[in-house]
Amino acid sequence: MASQAQAVAAPALAVQPKLSRDDRIMRGFIVLVGVWMVIAVVLPLYFMLSKSLEDRAGDFVGLVNYAQYFSTPALFYSIGNSLTIAAISTVITISLAFIYAYALTRSCMAGKGAFRVVAMVPLLAPSLLPAISFVYLFGNQGIIKGLLGDNTIYGPIGIVMGEVFYTFPHALMILIVALATADGRLYEAAVSLRAGPVRTFFTVTLPGIKYGLISAVFVVFTLVITDFGIPKVIGGQYNVLATDIYKQVIGQQNFQMGAVVSVVLLIPAVLAFVADRIIQGKQTSALTSSSVAYAPKPRRSYDLAMTGYCALIGFLILGIIGMAAYASFVQFWPYNLNLVLKNYDFDVMDGGGWASFTNSLRLAAYTAVFGTAIIFTGAYMVEKARGFGAVRGAIQFLCILPMAVPGMVLGLAYIFFFNHPDNPLNFIYGTMAILVICTITHFYTVSHLTAITALKQMDREFESVSSSLKVPFYKTFTRVTVPVCLPAILDVSIYLFVNAMTTVSAVIFLYSTDTALASVAALNMDDAGDIAPAAAMCMMIFYAAATVRLLHVLVTRGLARRTQAWRAR
Amino acid sequence: MRPGAGQAGDTRKPFLRITDLTKMFGSFAALRDISLEIYEREFVCFLGPSGCGKTTLLRAIAGLDIQTSGRVEQAGNDISALPPSERDFGIVFQSYALFPNLTVKKNVAYGLVSRKTARATIEARVAELLALVGLPEQGDKYPAQLSGGQQQRVALARALATSPGLLLLDEPLSALDAKVRVHLRHEVKELQRKLGITTVMVTHDQEEALTMADRIVVMNQGVIEQVGTPLEIYRDPQTAFVADFIGTMNFVPGVVQGPGRVRVGQLDLNCEVDGLSQGAAVTVAVRPEDVLVPEGKSVSENAFDARVGDMEFLGSFFRADLEAEAMGGHGLRADLSINIVRRLNLNRGDMLPVALPGERIRVFPGQ
Ligand SMILES: Nc1ncnc2c1ncn2[C@@H]1O[C@H](COP(=O)(O)OP(=O)(O)OP(=O)(O)O)[C@@H](O)[C@H]1O
Ligand SMILES: [Mg+2]
Repeated sequence: MASQAQAVAAPALAVQPKLSRDDRIMRGFIVLVGVWMVIAVVLPLYFMLSKSLEDRAGDFVGLVNYAQYFSTPALFYSIGNSLTIAAISTVITISLAFIYAYALTRSCMAGKGAFRVVAMVPLLAPSLLPAISFVYLFGNQGIIKGLLGDNTIYGPIGIVMGEVFYTFPHALMILIVALATADGRLYEAAVSLRAGPVRTFFTVTLPGIKYGLISAVFVVFTLVITDFGIPKVIGGQYNVLATDIYKQVIGQQNFQMGAVVSVVLLIPAVLAFVADRIIQGKQTSALTSSSVAYAPKPRRSYDLAMTGYCALIGFLILGIIGMAAYASFVQFWPYNLNLVLKNYDFDVMDGGGWASFTNSLRLAAYTAVFGTAIIFTGAYMVEKARGFGAVRGAIQFLCILPMAVPGMVLGLAYIFFFNHPDNPLNFIYGTMAILVICTITHFYTVSHLTAITALKQMDREFESVSSSLKVPFYKTFTRVTVPVCLPAILDVSIYLFVNAMTTVSAVIFLYSTDTALASVAALNMDDAGDIAPAAAMCMMIFYAAATVRLLHVLVTRGLARRTQAWRAR
Repeated sequence: MRPGAGQAGDTRKPFLRITDLTKMFGSFAALRDISLEIYEREFVCFLGPSGCGKTTLLRAIAGLDIQTSGRVEQAGNDISALPPSERDFGIVFQSYALFPNLTVKKNVAYGLVSRKTARATIEARVAELLALVGLPEQGDKYPAQLSGGQQQRVALARALATSPGLLLLDEPLSALDAKVRVHLRHEVKELQRKLGITTVMVTHDQEEALTMADRIVVMNQGVIEQVGTPLEIYRDPQTAFVADFIGTMNFVPGVVQGPGRVRVGQLDLNCEVDGLSQGAAVTVAVRPEDVLVPEGKSVSENAFDARVGDMEFLGSFFRADLEAEAMGGHGLRADLSINIVRRLNLNRGDMLPVALPGERIRVFPGQ
């Protein structure tokens, strides 16, 4: 007994693991990612929050600005407007995308590959582009404005139409994945139980994709409520939160009120983000490895109807792009329809000229190169480091945080933080660097999650094996991890490139005369009434994004051919 | 070898010494106060049911998941807190973790290249290793182009390439189909003997452990139940858990009657009961193959009659369910040779005289 008591009294000495050089380097990187997130997200947001509690002189005034906001109908009406637009656009987009996704996954129609590509086309255009197209189609001098009757396109109708175009591929991608991963065995069971098609749809199909569906709803809702380009171009007198921020900051130089509106916009975005995170967590557990893919059987009339539907949607998408392409060549709409190149002579117009286009290319290239390097390396460290659990968890959280921050809010927060006279990083204000940092951060989360997904598919013992062989982790990273993850790395870089080309919201507050960007130039030209040049600039962005996307396809194909020997399974 | 690390001629010096090792995951103790010595050139198996902590212990030895408390010494050095890269071991995982984008040769050479060895030396070493594991022709293939068994050998060659002092294997054979597995058991064991490398292998397959190991460490719920040679573990299980986990065992409840006597039903059995006092409730354990059918008129101890129930033909013998009234109706499985069954023309329902040799009976405290 005595010896037992002694053993209890003297607890075994806890082992303090000694860190290897690898551990120290990896932890260093992880901390750097954390520092990045703090500088690029947390501190700017903090500055913005405190700005919303200050008066113009910079003194703390508590909730005075908020009180003023909620007592000014011209301002707080926008909350209702934003929510209405987001709700209507979400319902329409999800319905249209659901049928399209259903056709692609659950029918035997022809040309699925082509329809898939066409549906992704809107991703290559800035959100201004559909708005400009709709001006040409339904505006005061629109070719088919009769279709709208007495309604004007400048307002909620135009915004919703533009948002549906812009968010369609986002919803479609999620729904295709959800429908494609549904378990075929359930359908066989439903058929053997003689359930009718309607009953099967409600008892098997819908429950099977419910997480995907909910996720798509949140993604679309967030995209719409935070979008700036479409309401700016086609919203007319109809104010929404995103345009209010712009008006307060750029129009009235009222930064405090801009901060208040930003906080108001942040709330639905954060709520949607949190809800989506919860859903995503549940979704992973719903998948089992024993699932059998559903194989549709040909049914003539049904397949034909689906083909017709997809053809119609595809026609509308290409028609909207085509309208902008056409209008960009027209000499003087609608009086002189000669096709000329003068609208591409950006240098004679305000907005930044051709330099803005090359700036955009530079921004996109820097964002793609540095963003991919930072995000993939960061994801690798966070995913594969030994120990350091609490910090890694915290950094993981910080890495998905940017998704919750609307671009307008991020951009404005950058003004407050980086333009603060006491900020030692003040010198990057107005440079290309701040645009790159802002854009990388704005699109960090999706890239990070893509990288994490790819890394999780790597055997988690690769690092163990290398350390047992005394090979430093960075050799394994470059010799094994990067080559094996190359497809995902290319996906991330193309995603960053295209988004950097097309984004408006985050950079609208941050460009300077030296760093004017194509999307911003298009916006400003449109503002100044130069709609055709704005369309031309949007098309240039589209061409650039499409070219890079095509290159990506070719490179990915080549890569697949070269590596098929070892990827074969 | 460090001077004074061991005396020449002493073949039984501990190469790996684990002392009071505990591993916590939060408040859950995956390993509790594990102490163990592993000798040089020995092949040791960690055997136990799923979740008992075998992998956790192996990873602690490797430094991949360092223990919460306790010591690990290898070759006389305290390595308790060292990261894996500062320890001396090679490891093969269940998944093999072969680098998919590197050829077999490059996989095997992986640990050699970084050691600034001359290219020709590396190539010679890789060829030697591939020959050693029986894959001399497959060097330019990628892992995905090999069968599971071949991949396993590549992983083994890669782990051995740097001539580590300790080889750690975590269920290296469990991803293979049965036939390959049996074949590789033999090969791995041969290789280990040839190289004389101290080896620890984790498995939950008792047959694997019994056929391959010099010594088996039987684990259960984070503690070591018994350490011993396969024969010791099989013949002389120290706990009811080990008796049950290894091989097949009959368990019947009994009460200690006095020194060397246990009552089961109406039967008094002669057997060792050291350390248990009279009246203690015990579990009596006996293996099916130790249930004997007395030949001729020879008087056997612990003899009684039993009724034959189901008989299952298992190839080289019958496993019969016996029911003995004398044992209070408790069932007993017995392995009967084909010979006996044929000679006695045994059928279901027949009465059969059996005997339980006292020295083969194990008695465990508690029922
Ligand atoms: N990282 C971890 N966090 C929490 N619990 C863990 C962790 N790793 C292991 N465990 C728990 O520790 C116990 C021992 O796990 P271990 O992997 O060592 O079992 P094992 O004996 O190797 O089993 P198996 O035969 O299934 O591989 C299990 O209950 C397991 O759930
Ligand atoms: Mg295990």
